[in-house]
Amino acid sequence: MGSRASSLLREEDIEEIKKETGFSHSQITRLYSRFHSLDKGENGALSREDFQRIPELAINPLGDRIINAFFPEGEDQVNFRGFMRTLAHFRPVEDNEKNKDPDAGEPLNSRSNKLLFAFRLYDLDRDDKISRDELLQVLRMMVGVNISDEQLGSIADRTIQEADTNGDMCISFSEFIKVLEKVDVEQKMSIRFLH
Amino acid sequence: MTSVSSMVDPVIFKTTLNSLWTKASAKSITITVPRTRLETKVFELDHRVTSVFPESGLLIFIGFVLGGIVWGANNVQTFTLTPTVFFFYLLPQIILDTGYFMPNKLFFSNLGAILIYAVIGTCWNAAAVGISMWGCYLGGAMGDLNIGLLQFLLYGSLLSAVDPVAVIAVFEEVHVNEVLFILVFGESLLNDGVTVVLYNVCDAFVSLGAANIDAVQIIRGIISFFVVAFGGALVGVVFAILLSLLTRYTKNIQIIEAGFIFVLGYLSYLTAEMLSLSAILSITFCGVCCQKYINANMDERSVITVRYVMKVFANGSETMIFVFLGITAIDKAIWVWNTGFILLTIFFILVYRVMGVFFLTWILNKYRLVPISLIDQVVMSYGGLRGAVAYGLAVMLNEKKIPEKNLMISTTLIVIYFTVILQGITMKPLVQWLKVKRAEHSDLKLVEKVNNRAFEHLLCAVEDICGQIGDNWWTRGWNRFEEKYISWLLMKPKSRKTRDYLFGIFHKLNLEDAMNYVSEGERRGSLAFLRGNDDAQVDFKKKFGKDIEDVMPDIMVDTEHVPMSSILQDTIPSVSLDLHEQDSQGKMEGDAHNLLQQHLYRSRKQHHHKYSRSNFSINQNEDEVQEIFQRTMRSRLESFKSAKMGVAPGKIITKHPQKERQQKMANGNPTNRSKSHPYGDEDFEFSVSEGDSASGGEGATAGGYSFRLPPYTVGAGIENPAFMPEMDTPHPMRPPPWRSEPEMDVTVAPSQRAQRRLPWTPSQIHRLVPLRVSTRSEDSFVMADVLSPEEEPKDPPPGQDGSRM
Repeated sequence: MGSRASSLLREEDIEEIKKETGFSHSQITRLYSRFHSLDKGENGALSREDFQRIPELAINPLGDRIINAFFPEGEDQVNFRGFMRTLAHFRPVEDNEKNKDPDAGEPLNSRSNKLLFAFRLYDLDRDDKISRDELLQVLRMMVGVNISDEQLGSIADRTIQEADTNGDMCISFSEFIKVLEKVDVEQKMSIRFLH
Repeated sequence: MTSVSSMVDPVIFKTTLNSLWTKASAKSITITVPRTRLETKVFELDHRVTSVFPESGLLIFIGFVLGGIVWGANNVQTFTLTPTVFFFYLLPQIILDTGYFMPNKLFFSNLGAILIYAVIGTCWNAAAVGISMWGCYLGGAMGDLNIGLLQFLLYGSLLSAVDPVAVIAVFEEVHVNEVLFILVFGESLLNDGVTVVLYNVCDAFVSLGAANIDAVQIIRGIISFFVVAFGGALVGVVFAILLSLLTRYTKNIQIIEAGFIFVLGYLSYLTAEMLSLSAILSITFCGVCCQKYINANMDERSVITVRYVMKVFANGSETMIFVFLGITAIDKAIWVWNTGFILLTIFFILVYRVMGVFFLTWILNKYRLVPISLIDQVVMSYGGLRGAVAYGLAVMLNEKKIPEKNLMISTTLIVIYFTVILQGITMKPLVQWLKVKRAEHSDLKLVEKVNNRAFEHLLCAVEDICGQIGDNWWTRGWNRFEEKYISWLLMKPKSRKTRDYLFGIFHKLNLEDAMNYVSEGERRGSLAFLRGNDDAQVDFKKKFGKDIEDVMPDIMVDTEHVPMSSILQDTIPSVSLDLHEQDSQGKMEGDAHNLLQQHLYRSRKQHHHKYSRSNFSINQNEDEVQEIFQRTMRSRLESFKSAKMGVAPGKIITKHPQKERQQKMANGNPTNRSKSHPYGDEDFEFSVSEGDSASGGEGATAGGYSFRLPPYTVGAGIENPAFMPEMDTPHPMRPPPWRSEPEMDVTVAPSQRAQRRLPWTPSQIHRLVPLRVSTRSEDSFVMADVLSPEEEPKDPPPGQDGSRM
């Protein structure tokens, strides 16, 4: 957390990010120093390799997908704003926030935005539906090598069956939301340790 | 504990030893121990029993039985757990074991919290219990006793110590998460320093008499705490350094390497004891500090030997301690029953423990990055078990100064039984009840389960990206210092090199360097590193096998020192949800659920602590980690390759140009090898963003068509002794360049390996290198461009699963 790092981040930037994402000043500076330490090329933007250098991600089954989620469509670099924007989805939901500003638009860390983020992890082709193949891909990433393809296929089929309400053998975003209504998404998708 | 040597003067010492070892031991101990082991075996076999009733409790009951037998035979309890035996022969190996297997990273990152619990918590416990008991005594709840405030304080201090042995024994069944475990466990180890000091200070005060205590004495007491604690730790560190240095030079005497650990460990204990410092702290730090260097320096077989022998000793000692605790109860001489005293003690211990834990946690949570949850606090307070250390200290009381010694001993025993047995039994149901209460535990549907797990992975990944604890200047600085100076001093140069190499490999395995390495292997013409065209299989073992084969097993076995597994630190406090799932596994129906349950990769949150006493097996998590890691690296290399060759997912090449190319390649092969290398070498300063569409055409990633090589024919091709067909899994892949579609004649006899998988040929490499290399004439440059737009996708390439998005 050198002062050198934070001096590269200007006050007005911090203010803007604060407004957009809702993080506090200290959180933003802390994340900036993390951004800076990841940015080995020192060019103010992170590439995929910078993320891949984090060893823990290599042993996370969904690691690469999550890395890709940081990069906007077709781009290979993400700057600090983009970084924070993605991370903003994982900000914990505070109770007092709910009543703050009803017409400011939905904050990035609302429940449905969190779910949208997760949905996009599955839905690669952005057609707003999780097809059986996409689901299979994700499942394959998450299970060990001992499950055969047929077994995995049947699991995928059952999963879709449970969620699918309109019978199109795909999970749309609204079906996704509905099936996860009992799950405490706010807690499961919130980083806990930012003060 | 320092008073052991002073309290027991030579004559008594000798007689107790004699009585122990000559009269009784020959018969009893040798009978006791095997029988105890046998009975433990019986109980261990019945896991259902131990899952309800903690093993330590069972051992105490066995002790009762045995004690009864001996009592019945001799009418006097011939052998009891004397402090000497306990503190010098039974306790050290347990503590050494825990120190040696201590998860260092976790320990040191939580050290602040641990110290606070150990020091402040213990002092609070001691003072509060002592004073309230005194208050109740004054109030007349205990009847008539010859006792004063100071003695109550002394009593409080000996009861304040949370006992490591008991804690391990009980927590083993409960499967708490790592942070919680390390907090309670670390506290139980470190509070020895505090307890010893408190005990000695109060003892000194009692000797002085209440009138002579003044501020000076109190200050001396406080100072002595620091001296004892830090001095003990220092002694431990000194011995750790000695030990590591020793193992550095034991290359020629590997047979006895393992013995040094035990000898020097015990020596550190004795030295600290001799210097009146905290011996437990000393041996703890000795184990903690030396583990890394020992594991690096010693031969692998010695490492394994040390582990197993330590476990044997520790298990044995623990068993004996609990049995002895049972035996010593059957002794009429010591029993003094005072209902009020006993009940009040138990009550105060529980209450003050809870208060202490909650208050301290509340303070700590303000400063911790990852707060300690409520359930964890409950478990922590409920898990404050007292054990044999308290008993040992009680027995060491001087009965001339403390007339109520027997009362204290009996109460201590009862407290121990209460905590170990009762709290041990009820711990697990309590945890389950809490967990179940918190989570609405209906049967989750498949889709919910999958999503839950995905969320966990997602969250772990994001938290890792954000960088958690440990990513600050201090830890980085320490790591650098440690690498440069300490490792240089204490580790064998060979081990250092391989460690660095491994670390280097790991860290550098981002894509650019992986490609460098591939070209390197290709240049050396070594077929040891082969690559299927669909799957870039980075097979570490084969490539590095020779170099690091003596360290490789360490990666599997030694979970602390390779970054991959040092990642398995769980910093999210929550009592493991798996508690419920494990138990209800029998009731779950539906194949899909079961399947998923078994095979879904666990997230970091759910990796159980691996430090159980009895289940000493290589953690199966490592297989999962290996799988995930290999898969990730594979797909990264794949996506990198496709980035280089510019093939967008879903785009493939027709058969036609491929066939053409192959025939040309077959001819051009020998000459290509020399030509493309100069290009190949200098070309690796490319960056990822370069080279997409233009070289796309040539970049036929495999996609084309799947082609199954004829099954491996034994004996065909040149005998390659290093090749083991079972180890390779054949992949669907492009046809080898020496074969073209229509004519399957074997003009070239492929090597054994090549029958399975294609070797790297330079002609392929030129495709990875954008634009600059052409194996044909310059015109092909132009041809390449011409070709590319014509190429049509045919069918989706296997293996490109969204790794490139």
